[in-house]
Amino acid sequence: MAEPLIYDLSVPGRPGVTLPASDVPAAGLPKGLVRQDLPLPELSELDVVRHFVRLSQLNHSIDTAFYPLGSCTMKYNPKVNEDAARLAGFAFSHPLQDPETAQGNLALMYSLQEWLCEIGGFAGISLQPAAGAHGELTGILIIRAYHTARGDAKRTKILIPNSAHGTNPATTAMSGLEVIELPSDERGNVDLAALRAACDDTVAGLMLTNPNTLGLFEEHVQEVVDQIHACGGLVYGDGANMNALLGVVRPGDLGIDVMHYNLHKTFSTPHGGGGPGSGPVGVCEKLVDFLPGPIVEVIEAGDEDEAPLFGLVMPDQSIGRVKAFHGHFGMLVRAYTYIRMQGKAGMRAISDHAVLNANYLRVRLRGTYHIPYDRICMHEFVAEGRWAEAPDIRALDVAKRLMDFGFHPPTNYFPLIVHEALMIEPTESESKQVLDAFAEVMLKIAEEARTNPDVLHSAPHVTPVGRLDEVKAAKDLVLCCRPADLGEPAKKG
Amino acid sequence: MAYIPHTDDERRAMLAAVGVRSLDDLYQSVPAAVRFPDLELPEAVSELEVMEELQALSEANLDARHTACFLGAGAYNHFIPSVVDHILRRGEFYTAYTPYQPEVSQGTLQAIFEYQSLICNLTGMDVSNASHYDGATALAEAAILAYNHHRGKRAKIVLSPGIHPHYRQTVRTYMQGMGLNLLGDAALGNDSAALAGLVDSDTLMVAVQYPDFFGRIEDFTALGKAAHAVGALLCVCVNPLALGLLKPPAEFDADVVVGDGQPLGIPMSFGGPSLGHFTVKKEFVRKMAGRLVGETVDGRGQRGFVLTLSTREQHIKREKATSNICTNVALMALASAVYLSAMGKQGMRQVAELCYHKAHYAAEQIGGLKDYTLWNRGDFFHEFAVRCPKPVADVNRFLLDECSILGGYDLGQDYPELKDHMLIAVTEMNSKEQIDDLVAGLKEVAHG
Amino acid sequence: MEFPKDLKYTTSDEWVRVDGKTATIGISDYAQSQLSDIVFVEVTAAVGETLDQGKAFASVESVKAASEIYMPLKGKVVVVNDELPGTPELMNSDPYGKAWMVRVEIADPGQVAGLMDAAAYAKHCDERSH
Repeated sequence: MAEPLIYDLSVPGRPGVTLPASDVPAAGLPKGLVRQDLPLPELSELDVVRHFVRLSQLNHSIDTAFYPLGSCTMKYNPKVNEDAARLAGFAFSHPLQDPETAQGNLALMYSLQEWLCEIGGFAGISLQPAAGAHGELTGILIIRAYHTARGDAKRTKILIPNSAHGTNPATTAMSGLEVIELPSDERGNVDLAALRAACDDTVAGLMLTNPNTLGLFEEHVQEVVDQIHACGGLVYGDGANMNALLGVVRPGDLGIDVMHYNLHKTFSTPHGGGGPGSGPVGVCEKLVDFLPGPIVEVIEAGDEDEAPLFGLVMPDQSIGRVKAFHGHFGMLVRAYTYIRMQGKAGMRAISDHAVLNANYLRVRLRGTYHIPYDRICMHEFVAEGRWAEAPDIRALDVAKRLMDFGFHPPTNYFPLIVHEALMIEPTESESKQVLDAFAEVMLKIAEEARTNPDVLHSAPHVTPVGRLDEVKAAKDLVLCCRPADLGEPAKKG
Repeated sequence: MAYIPHTDDERRAMLAAVGVRSLDDLYQSVPAAVRFPDLELPEAVSELEVMEELQALSEANLDARHTACFLGAGAYNHFIPSVVDHILRRGEFYTAYTPYQPEVSQGTLQAIFEYQSLICNLTGMDVSNASHYDGATALAEAAILAYNHHRGKRAKIVLSPGIHPHYRQTVRTYMQGMGLNLLGDAALGNDSAALAGLVDSDTLMVAVQYPDFFGRIEDFTALGKAAHAVGALLCVCVNPLALGLLKPPAEFDADVVVGDGQPLGIPMSFGGPSLGHFTVKKEFVRKMAGRLVGETVDGRGQRGFVLTLSTREQHIKREKATSNICTNVALMALASAVYLSAMGKQGMRQVAELCYHKAHYAAEQIGGLKDYTLWNRGDFFHEFAVRCPKPVADVNRFLLDECSILGGYDLGQDYPELKDHMLIAVTEMNSKEQIDDLVAGLKEVAHG
Repeated sequence: MEFPKDLKYTTSDEWVRVDGKTATIGISDYAQSQLSDIVFVEVTAAVGETLDQGKAFASVESVKAASEIYMPLKGKVVVVNDELPGTPELMNSDPYGKAWMVRVEIADPGQVAGLMDAAAYAKHCDERSH
């Protein structure tokens, strides 16, 4: 039974939230600018609550079960983070109030700046970018601005490995630069020969994801970084996979010049059904002046009796703002809380257990699933969802069948360089019990692929809806609905 | 170690299964010279301790729940019905991922479809996406849409000086690699007629704000005609809460309507996260960036929702994508959907009117003070600027110290012609008593 | 998989039917099967416009992929198939017939010889399938 749409539940005259009556004299309304009708639904508070609670029950979530989505880091979202972000001084402070009245916020941001620099090995950082892709755009614009400031207008190319996430080339195009794709070698690393051939004085930089999207630590990372630096380019690190590196290695120490973090992956801020995220960008010393701003700095040093005075400062050669105000402050509070509860030792423990869990699943599945790069992986690995003995079965079918057992499928069809890819990232949050249960089901499904492929083709069977007609969705394009009393029950988008 | 469940026995068993002796052995491929750095981070604390610490940090701020607030300028103190946060705190919503596997994500997908519908109906536009980060980045994405629409053949964007300074700065940051000419906003006096005069056959888009940064409202139909006459797009940035009262911008024949949805049930939270909404006329649907939820059916004929037109997006089109955007702000879109549903048709009209009437009362009272002059001519919604007899910083210091009031925004920071002008916002959260206190405080500071 | 013998083909999967000075252009059976269910077609070239060989003149979208369509040879667009946007599924069901995309006046007849014949194109498709 489908849950009705909010408009279907609406009844004219149904009272919703009420506000106090106006306590001031009424002013004349602006002529010609008042709307005639307002096509919003009318529901009681109970209707609203039931509707959205029932909708929530249709979702799989980390709070319900295992969610091994590769490259997403679906770790536990601590509840204390939610309480922290809702403290009144955080939630109800205005971004433009006098900084002297927001010293708590600024102190929190300053600490987070320091810690993220320390974790990544960076000299400076901006907390302003709102998500990973936003951080990428910031990073590439910084690289571009750096070369422009040196008077070097020839550098128009960005090198990107073919295993990269789609945001990498999209970001490059948005920045007005040209994408040059680099092949991967047979071990899944950046092809060094191709890299050497591509490096010249027209290269602005390289975008590198390490560990890469196969879950493998670049075996020649130092050579790759040195090669780019040697031809005068800069290295952008996609920090999406930091969950494998906390306390293990600092990208800055490897020579990464600029990197974005995904607080909603590595630092436990919740995914929210698709955001909000937060994508702070860390940089090496020579790029500090180009950071977007404002950033938090100490305006007046403190002493034993007085806290320092913090303020917001625009870096000298800043690329400019990348959004309004200071960044996703609510997510910064959550990340701060998480880092305080993990502490120094916790950082290493996170990566150790994320990497251990991934390798454990890898060895449990190998032999039954083909793993193209079957060596010690980092926090995730890629398996193929296909078998010669079951020619009609694809990764999609494995994914859909997993839902019948209460698991969210791994990431499908990424990276593009593996056929029928299933990218599995368990995270450190999961116990051996959960991993064993998942492995058992994966083995069972592999068996079904051979003996009973139809049950995979027709999966999922127990979810609120079955496989949906995506062709119809794209052709008919119904993207919104209107209230029935406007005479158009469903409008074509 | 917080949130890590492994026992010593389990760790041992797993290491053995993997075939390594210790956890350190998992990192052979990491260069030894830089491996295992000693991070200078504070030692871990417990939940009890971290909440004490955060409480102290929180209390080191003033906030609008404890101090009367007349500060707006793009972030507003509004009433948030309790139902909104109760729904947002459901783990099934906030710990879910992007709904790429629709069979187990119908909650998120339907909520976003409803959000898209509500925003379309509020703005009068045909299609909404699933959100951008905020109003500023939504405006930048509108510029990119207009640029792609003209296939890179036009190079001019006309911006109204009435658009929020942060939004205009963000557009400039985003477009810095594209060699475009952004103009119109350097002269505060550039009204719609002047902006229409700047539009020519090289213009890809004209953008205005409604209400604008100074609270002013006007009909943009004529400007829209001037833009369309040369094939340029009209983009209007709105405050969606104002649309509870005001004519929707679709009636000006806007091609793109963007804005910031923070007033719709989202706390100010020192500036983020908020909600960038983005709507277009149907002919632009394929040029629109961001996620889109569409309606369809499953094999049994049951209605369901999916992400659709994914081919526009980065994970398929890569460098030819309409934008690089991946994450939206789904949870904030949900917040605004719950808010709009809970407030409903009556509530939205009521809250918009309360803001309007209270702001007009405040403007009349302050304008009546001898040493203050109302800057706004013409209609305004819930914000207005006043010229103060002293620097705004001094006025605000007095209001804070003597009256416990968070005063308005110092416009001189962004508009040199508006030195000593304060931008005051009034919402349904400001009682008549608070407004009268503000007026009394302003009167007193003039004589100090 | 069909490869009509009276047509010429490109490595980017367009077909060409040459009729004296005019050429009719569409996408091949191989292309439509790679894209699978096509949901959207847009010819971006205008009638009267001359496009060089290799320039994109249209884009095609399915649920999982999006593709630009390129001019197999230089020509001036004289007719655009107006029926196609309304019925994109024709590209899957009748790629060589009703789903023709544009008709052009050939600007450089020498380019025709450089296109593949049916046998060469069939081999090209075979080599690509994994």
